[in-house]
Amino acid sequence: MLINQSIKELSLLLKKKEISSVDLIKESYSKIEKLDNKLHSFITIRDKNEALKEAEVKDKERKEDSSIIYGLPFSIKDAYCTENFRTTAGNKILDDFIPPYSAAVYKKIIDSGSILIGKNNMDAWGHGGSTENTDYHPACNPWDLERIPGGSSGGSAIAISTRMVPFSIGEDTGGSIRSPSSMCNTSGLKVTYGRVSRLGAIAYASSLDSVGPMAKSVEDLSYLLEIMAGKDSLDSTSSKTKVDRYSQFLGAPIKGKTIGLPKEFFGKGLDPQIKKVLIDATKFFEKLGAKIQEVSLPHFIYGVSIYYLIALSETSSNLGRYDSFRFGGERELFSEETKKRILLGTYALSAGYADKLYKKAQKLRTILIQEYEEALKKCDVILAPVNPSLPSKIGELINDPLKNLMEDLYTGTISLVGAPSLSVPAGFAEGLPVGMQIVGKKFGETELFQLGYLYQQETDWHKRLPPILNI
Amino acid sequence: MEIHAELKTLSKMFCGCKNDPFHAEKPNIYTCPVCLGLPGALPVANKKAIEWTVKLGLALGCKINLFSKFDRKHYFYPDLPKGYQISQYDLPFCYDGKVKTSFGPVGITRVHLEEDTGKLIHQKINGRDVSLIDFNRSSVPLVEIVSEPEIYSSAQAKEYSKKLRQIIRYLDISDCDMEKGGMRLEANISLQDQRSKIKDQKLELPNYKVELKNINSFRYLERGIEYEIERQTEILNEGKTPVQETRGFNAEKNMTFTQRIKEGAADYRYFPDPDLPPIRFNEKWMGEIKSSEPELIDLVFTRWEKDYKVDRKITELLFETAAESKKLDEIFINLTKQKLSVDKFVNAVANKKLMIDLFVNNIEEIVNTFKKSVAVDEITDEQLRVFIDKVLLVNQKAVADFKSGKTNVMNFLAGMVMREAKKKVEFGRLSKLITEILKS
Repeated sequence: MLINQSIKELSLLLKKKEISSVDLIKESYSKIEKLDNKLHSFITIRDKNEALKEAEVKDKERKEDSSIIYGLPFSIKDAYCTENFRTTAGNKILDDFIPPYSAAVYKKIIDSGSILIGKNNMDAWGHGGSTENTDYHPACNPWDLERIPGGSSGGSAIAISTRMVPFSIGEDTGGSIRSPSSMCNTSGLKVTYGRVSRLGAIAYASSLDSVGPMAKSVEDLSYLLEIMAGKDSLDSTSSKTKVDRYSQFLGAPIKGKTIGLPKEFFGKGLDPQIKKVLIDATKFFEKLGAKIQEVSLPHFIYGVSIYYLIALSETSSNLGRYDSFRFGGERELFSEETKKRILLGTYALSAGYADKLYKKAQKLRTILIQEYEEALKKCDVILAPVNPSLPSKIGELINDPLKNLMEDLYTGTISLVGAPSLSVPAGFAEGLPVGMQIVGKKFGETELFQLGYLYQQETDWHKRLPPILNI
Repeated sequence: MEIHAELKTLSKMFCGCKNDPFHAEKPNIYTCPVCLGLPGALPVANKKAIEWTVKLGLALGCKINLFSKFDRKHYFYPDLPKGYQISQYDLPFCYDGKVKTSFGPVGITRVHLEEDTGKLIHQKINGRDVSLIDFNRSSVPLVEIVSEPEIYSSAQAKEYSKKLRQIIRYLDISDCDMEKGGMRLEANISLQDQRSKIKDQKLELPNYKVELKNINSFRYLERGIEYEIERQTEILNEGKTPVQETRGFNAEKNMTFTQRIKEGAADYRYFPDPDLPPIRFNEKWMGEIKSSEPELIDLVFTRWEKDYKVDRKITELLFETAAESKKLDEIFINLTKQKLSVDKFVNAVANKKLMIDLFVNNIEEIVNTFKKSVAVDEITDEQLRVFIDKVLLVNQKAVADFKSGKTNVMNFLAGMVMREAKKKVEFGRLSKLITEILKS
């Protein structure tokens, strides 16, 4: 299984001509053909022959200084516009939408020579944390087919977990990269808001949407972010902050670093099994010489409310364009979940309610940011759970709206702050993967990679493969 | 009044598309994912348009918000591709200005920047009524200038609107083409008995207003308002309140008509556009804008009236932009140096008596042409009197007419004298001599 190897190893083997891109593409498709009718990680799969032809060209044109991802297969969440290739955002309204332009991140990956395999399944418009709220087939967790893979970038996490692709591009608004990474035992990064261009990412909630890499390891993520990050003159919210050579800083010791544990993140609502995984990880870092420090985010309890008021207000605005005038699908095609979110957001912005809801949420968001900055004065990074509970049974969250919202408890709050957060596999409970978040200062991705990389050097959680691969 | 003007920046407000909707060869050729509102598209604000809006604000005596932002204004209409218009809500770039009119000053509430919509075209295709959308105009920068409710007559509304067009054109930031919709006028009209409503010197507004929209000429604006005043007066005199609505103006019938009755206040659900970071003007940038601001057009006219004794009504006809006024300034200085009358010059130009183009020909050509047209030949009064006598003798009828009060025959007589003398003589001097002789 070639795709089990790291991006660096694959690149080396390709350059040495020990393997070819054609081999990788063939492996990708054979996995997809074998497994995807059970997992449903893709909405649209690219024509195999087309991908093979591209691989042949890449094999011929590969140079010593070609990008590290040159000739590697990859997939991308269906939230990104891909020129001349169907893009649905998981919604039937865009069932036949063929974008005339490409998302900035997709262009960067393609320009570096990677080969698109397909577009990954997702909760429609990013509305959900389970990849059940897709208008296509609900996706299944490769560790237990009856359970959700997390979401909304569930399709990407499944494809990586089962080694259909070495990496994927996800999108995280309130946990959409971190949650499926945690539930499928993969590594994923929610970048600092503004680190990667959002151009061409179909908007869920513009002030929260972030474009991030998903892969098998932290090392892979560091290479990917080097390619993806940077100022884009076509995205006014992208940052000019210098892009580090993240991969070159890997391996630096973490002795003397302080890891903060926000006490509110370990209280009521957190599954004790997940808590235990986190405590073990804390001990691990302590052994490596890190200091552990309790910190506090007093307004954390309002995090979910603030997150949903802002995200849904923005989504009610962002989805206004799908009014059936120009995109084929009628408005009736919006799913129940999406209709609910549009209605709630419209309400929160309406005259007479905006002051009490949207504007108050914005004020609280500012307070939360200040509290977060305050906490980060006492520590270098924060360690936190990703999800409060293990992956639910498919259908469970749809029938329990409150539990559904609470899934974003630990991730949505971090999104409000705009901070970067790395989700890495940290253990198992009941045979299901459990991830943890390492959250940092804005534009502090380098530090997150350092910690995550060291953790993965010493642990093998991230190397474990789902049982479905043994079938 | 609410006045919209499309700015003539090279590119659109939030994308790089060409901003030239009126000269596009075909519909929908100046479009891209941003101005079509495609999924994933992001706006990037046009710096020039922001700069021009601030310049306009300064020319209207406005204060400038050093911290500002763009907001989303939501409503559904087929010509609005995103389901919202990017506009400015509570922090417009400019606020609290003033425009002088001969009826008194009119306060400017605010000047803000937004994007224009696409254009709907309703036509029959293969016997079917269809509505087509042209997005060439979508996201063209649009400034909106809102006045205080301090306009008290149709004539004042017209003067105010014309004055705004003059100021905008002077800044050279918009063509203000009314016919094509490059400048659009909206009047909000309501009436009340002033004597009963004046409290603490402050006028309280009536509890209704009628919006007169989509007016594409100053004349129609004036006529529309007049019609509304009559219509509303009648309703009020019956003790009723006019319906709050949007009305249009039918020029053929010379009357306004109902377009849309608003059921309650529209809720646009404004909120700051998260795709566009807030804007902060720093002192340095403001300093640059202020120093590039041309002399206010009113000051130009006042200065000319003082220095050259020229009538504003005439000089207004001669130019539009600040660059053009600067050239006129140079011409005036040149004329003065050569002891030529600026007043006569502007009259001659306004009456199209000079074969020159003020903004094509160079100053030397212009001054020389004028000089030639007013040149007079050397001739003494004595010599002239001989010719006058001769002319009067052979034009007895004209002399009789003059004596019976038809003074306009003087032009004829003076012309005859000059022809006889084969000399060019200043008319004033000649008519004075002729009158003296006739009266003697």
